[in-house]
Amino acid sequence: MHEVSLAREILRILQQQARERGFERVHRVHLELGPLSCVDPEALAFAFGAVSAGTLARGAHLELHRPPARGACRLCGCGYTMDSLVTPCPRCGGPGRILSGLEMRVRDLEVSGGDPGTSREG
Amino acid sequence: MCTTCGCDDHSPLRIDGGPLHSHGQEQTRSVPVEADLLARNDAHARANRERFDSSRVRALNLVSSPGSGKTALLVATLERLSGEIPMAVIEGDQETQRDADRIRATGVAAVQINTGKACHLDAHGVGHACEHMNLPKGGLLFIENVGNLVCPAAFDLGAHQRVLVLSVTEGDDKPFKYPDMFRTADALVINKLDLLPHVDFDLAACEAQARRLNPDMVVFRLSARTGEGLEDWMDWLRAHGHQTGSVEEDELETLRRRVAELEARLQRAGLMSS
Repeated sequence: MHEVSLAREILRILQQQARERGFERVHRVHLELGPLSCVDPEALAFAFGAVSAGTLARGAHLELHRPPARGACRLCGCGYTMDSLVTPCPRCGGPGRILSGLEMRVRDLEVSGGDPGTSREG
Repeated sequence: MCTTCGCDDHSPLRIDGGPLHSHGQEQTRSVPVEADLLARNDAHARANRERFDSSRVRALNLVSSPGSGKTALLVATLERLSGEIPMAVIEGDQETQRDADRIRATGVAAVQINTGKACHLDAHGVGHACEHMNLPKGGLLFIENVGNLVCPAAFDLGAHQRVLVLSVTEGDDKPFKYPDMFRTADALVINKLDLLPHVDFDLAACEAQARRLNPDMVVFRLSARTGEGLEDWMDWLRAHGHQTGSVEEDELETLRRRVAELEARLQRAGLMSS
């Protein structure tokens, strides 16, 4: 359940952003989660619900965006979509090298409260 | 909280086809963030690595499932190499000082981290553990992670290499079952080789699976209990240690690691294809 650690990190990012950009509530968190990242989405959503209770993100919806993972065959160089870390090359069956799909990133937030004009980000 | 009904931000309701029951909130706005969830841990890991490099310490992160024999491997290694190479150990477990006590019995210094409920070590905790010990200058720092073949995979501790210990009693199909850990390990130690006659464990099949995930992985077959195969493992520890190299070589090695680390980060960010 390292998802609890990751959920705490999401909350820490939200709190830091609230201080820097002057909002009071977070209603939606857009999270980019590569399909090859070692995260169970349901466990992460559950953990986020638990750690965000009573905070600025209470009741916020964690919206997951899953960009496809790309790999390249280590043998023939063929590029292809990887469904898992062990998806073989569709052309020659060789092992894949991961090009993308490990992302774990808070992309943007839907927020309210505070004065949007006070954002220090300008 | 809604002052009308006392509820706390339930999903929007529409009453009699009218406008959404909005709790009187102002409109939401979108805020771009682009923050990586591992960025903070990675920053602590970089600080740890710089700390190790400045003391010419090679740090190894030992990961495995519980009971694979990480501590037994460490005890066997420390007993044989102490006096030859400066060494120290950071032990990670949810509870108890047992492993640190086992290490200290060999005469090597150990610091125990108890993670409580957490299922893995992180770079921040390792950094604090380093404040409670003298780093083994020019030698080896072993960081024994919490026994768990899943969670520690994502967390760089600042170690230079990750060593995965797998025992033959666990089954030869573990690499494909736990690909994150095998993908990110630099070395695989297959332990409890003395039990091989008693279990159905195909060494070649296991290694083939591991190499499919990670072709550059170094593999050792050994028994920490009998000592069989330990020499190759210890030669690897000696050969990659700082203590044998000249200062120039050390600096070059540090630079090479830094380059490899930056390349890995670029690759993770999708900016480089190999």
